[in-house]
Amino acid sequence: MRPGGLRGRRPPGLAAVIVLAPFFAYTLAFLLLPSASVLVGAFQNEQGEFTLANVAAIFEGQHLQAYINSLQISAATAAAGGLFGFLMAYAAAGGGGPPWIRTALTTFSGVAANFAGVPLAFAFIATLGTTGLLTQMLKSAGIDLYGAGFTLFSFSGLALTYLYFQMPLMILVIVPAIDGLRREWREAAANLGASGFEYWRYIGLPILWPSLLGAMVLLFGNAFAAYATPYALTQGVITLVTTQIGNVLQGNVLTDPHLGQALALGMIVVIAVAMATYAALQRRTARWVR
Amino acid sequence: MSRRVSPGRALWLGLGAAYFIIPLVATMEFSLRAGGGRYDFSAYAFILNDPRFRESFLLSFGLALETIAVALVLLVPTVYWVHLRLPRLRPVVEFISVLPFVVPAIVLVVGLLDLYRGAPEFFVGTPQILVAGYVILALPYVYRALDAGMRAIDIHTLTEAAQSLGAGWTTTLFRVILPNLQAAVLSGAFITLAIVMGEFTLANVLLFNTFSVYINYIGETHATPAAALTLISFAITWVAMLGLLGLGRQLGGRQAQIGGAR
Repeated sequence: MRPGGLRGRRPPGLAAVIVLAPFFAYTLAFLLLPSASVLVGAFQNEQGEFTLANVAAIFEGQHLQAYINSLQISAATAAAGGLFGFLMAYAAAGGGGPPWIRTALTTFSGVAANFAGVPLAFAFIATLGTTGLLTQMLKSAGIDLYGAGFTLFSFSGLALTYLYFQMPLMILVIVPAIDGLRREWREAAANLGASGFEYWRYIGLPILWPSLLGAMVLLFGNAFAAYATPYALTQGVITLVTTQIGNVLQGNVLTDPHLGQALALGMIVVIAVAMATYAALQRRTARWVR
Repeated sequence: MSRRVSPGRALWLGLGAAYFIIPLVATMEFSLRAGGGRYDFSAYAFILNDPRFRESFLLSFGLALETIAVALVLLVPTVYWVHLRLPRLRPVVEFISVLPFVVPAIVLVVGLLDLYRGAPEFFVGTPQILVAGYVILALPYVYRALDAGMRAIDIHTLTEAAQSLGAGWTTTLFRVILPNLQAAVLSGAFITLAIVMGEFTLANVLLFNTFSVYINYIGETHATPAAALTLISFAITWVAMLGLLGLGRQLGGRQAQIGGAR
């Protein structure tokens, strides 16, 4: 803070209140209070009394299955998206290649990471649905995907679709970390007789792992919160936590508001853990990436 | 140093390019199908002749503009003041601004429905209610853009210079600070535009016919126009992101931001 001399005519406390009040009032009304109502409502029954029944209900039957499905698809697409995203990012930005490839990849990733939801689901239906272009082309080449048991409206189909926004997110997050790997380290290792494998085993990965893991945790949270893509693609064939909450809420009427709040509370807990892990890994990363 | 791409790298880049490009090509092919192996533009004609296309598009675009306006009015003075006078409060404002990452849209709508269930019809009965939630969804991105913008310019010196020349607070903010924040403000606006044009969760649960809800509705009934709408939606994302990236270069920082409807 700068020393005074600039003080307005009003007392500074009052000015601060006038300037900051709208922001705090707005976030209180539309973010903090709604979140608090979820946290409190999850532990209440219809009469407003304290109960653990709603929270217990999310560990049973279809609700538990929805959590398991959500966790599985998030973990699978975070791992696969993280791995392939990293390989592509390193291929484009790891040094040596022409610079335009890197620019093209990061530009496209910026678009693709934002291209999700309903349109993304339809793009994959047009590609790998029963009458999709790729399905038909493979069929005329003698490969019958649907005959072999594949369907886009399944776990693997949904995962394949998620990768369209997971890989670009990985690329955007990991390129700065790859830039932090200095060429001198690789040259020094090579001068000391290290092979490519030894460079990665003793230098590259020890430096990159917090970034890689942190980025994958971010991808996990990203997939866990997805609603529009699974809704439009599977129309409820695969129950996820998000679509389950949507079903409870559907039509503006909370059929069982406290169950919806308990399901929502579970989501907040999972994502909060993921974000705290990400923040912790980010602090480790900060030592190397500027 | 060689400028060639090694075979291993070329393989990964090629596979990646195929994965990203094939769905777009397939969507274009699908949108041009006219049955019986023929192709025409009937899917596009269908959309252009559908009044609901225009209505839902304009609704979403209007909501995007309102969201941008509300977010900027709330955040510009707050971020400015916190940078200038109350750096102690910065962690608090920053924490609130990243909180929407932990509270996804579907959770936010649970809370909003519970809290405003009994609210009057003029407030919850019109699509404008969506703006209340959209500002929250855009908050982390707009905050980050403005925070980076304020960091890049010396707001203390600018403010002192303006005030020593007799400018009041409004003049300082509108004629000195804002023109220097142009790139940050625009990049916040572009990301908000992309978020709101693609937002599905809140609108679907609250039953308003925004652009995404319309695309989903068409997809349930007409396959080829849905593919055409998908391409249009992709084009909107391109425009918003290219605008953002152009500004990113101007700002000199990394502006790779991720928002949107999953």
